[in-house]
This record gives sequence, C-alpha cells and structure tokens, in this order.
Amino acid sequence: MSEALKFHFDVDGNDFTSAGHASVMVKKNLRQLGLPPEKIRQVSIAMYEGEINMVIHAGGGVADVSVTEDYVEIVLKDNGPGIKDIEQAMQEGFSTATENIRSLGFGAGMGLPNMKRYSDFMEIDSTVGVGTTITMRVNIN
Amino acid sequence: MTVSDLLKNENFSSVTLPDGDRVIKDVYIGDLLSWVMGRAKSDDAWITIMSNVNILAVASLADTACIILAEGVTVDESIKATAIDKEINIISTNLSIYEAAVILNGMI
Repeated sequence: MSEALKFHFDVDGNDFTSAGHASVMVKKNLRQLGLPPEKIRQVSIAMYEGEINMVIHAGGGVADVSVTEDYVEIVLKDNGPGIKDIEQAMQEGFSTATENIRSLGFGAGMGLPNMKRYSDFMEIDSTVGVGTTITMRVNIN
Repeated sequence: MTVSDLLKNENFSSVTLPDGDRVIKDVYIGDLLSWVMGRAKSDDAWITIMSNVNILAVASLADTACIILAEGVTVDESIKATAIDKEINIISTNLSIYEAAVILNGMI
C-alpha cells in the first residue's frame, strides 16, 4: 500500500445512542484489511473513547482515519468548549461529565487515559472556546 | 468453554446468540463503560447490570465473547436486534454478579 487509505466520519453530537458508529465502521474496515486483532482493538478503543468525548462534551465533530503501512492515524476534531487543563483531564478518574452521562455508564474519567494507553502516540491541541483536535497513532509494524 | 456451553447451565439463558461457538477465556465485571473498555480483554465474558445500547459498542470494540446481564436485568427489542446485527452474544441470569462469577469460575 503506497498511499494512505482514508476514512472520514461526521460524529453526530445529538445522538448519544448511536455514538460509536464511526469506531465500529473503522473496526470493520481494518478487519477487512487484515490487520492483527490486537491492533484493531487498540484503534477501536482509542477512537471510541474519543468519539464518546466529542458527543458528551463538544456536540459532535469529525473523525478522520488514515491507514499507512506503518500506522493507523486517528484525527478527531471538534468545535467544542476546549479543555481547560489538559494535565488534569489526563488523570484517571477526573471527569466533568454530568450525572445524566454517568447514569449511562460513562464519565468515569477514563476516556483520555484510555486513549493514551491504547495509542502509541497522542497529541492534544485544545483552545478554550475554540475546540479540540486530538491526533492518535497506533503503530502496526 | 464456549458461550453455548455456558447455556447448558440452567441459571443462564440466551437473549441473543449469533455466535454461540465463541470461546470464553476469562471473565470481566464492571458497569462503568470506559473502565470496562480499557480493562476487559478479548474473549472475556463481561458481567454487568448496565443495559443501555452503549454496552453493544463496548462489547464489540473490546471484543468480549459475550455480555452477561446479571440480577435479572433485561434489554429492549431494539437492543436485541442491534446485537444480532453486530454479532454480539447476550446472556441473561437472575443470579447476582457474584454468584454468576462463581459459577463461571468453575466452568472455564
């Protein structure tokens, strides 16, 4: 594969019940490409957490996934409120999710830590009042 | 042990069984979805009392062997349909999470 394979998804911020759709589609596509199951799991989990975060906190956004010979790159971009204190947000257990979100089983403060844990590279670019872009890579070689 | 094998125990019944030959290698218990997502392993039987539609995405992405709904928790028809579509096994039991885990421990 000389050129990167690219997938683009709009993440609907109003529909919490369909959150995860983009991640499930990516998982399907990576399976068809024959990637190792553990790598697919890493990408799926990292992306799902990011997708859920966009739905919970930012009213949705866009997800772009590219697959190269060496890695899978996930770029999640939203125009939400931004992250005030990234260091604090990265701590396991820290969450700003509402009670309603918690009652659905989310908001445990594990989203960003899981994204970090399951990716080999992660960069957060966030400006309060403007939005957040998160880039993650999972190495496949 | 496969998911179908688990159903031979009278305490467990099938809600959806699109992939009964799926092997259960271990067990994970939890209701906080991000926690489960980060910690459950592939081929785990995942015991929970959470029953909203997001459990399907978690089971699918974490690649668990089945979801076991404990304490008599039920899911609605639309979740069943989606589970079949996504090939996710859902098992139900009236046992407590602890009792279900004890039985699983003796079977796997």
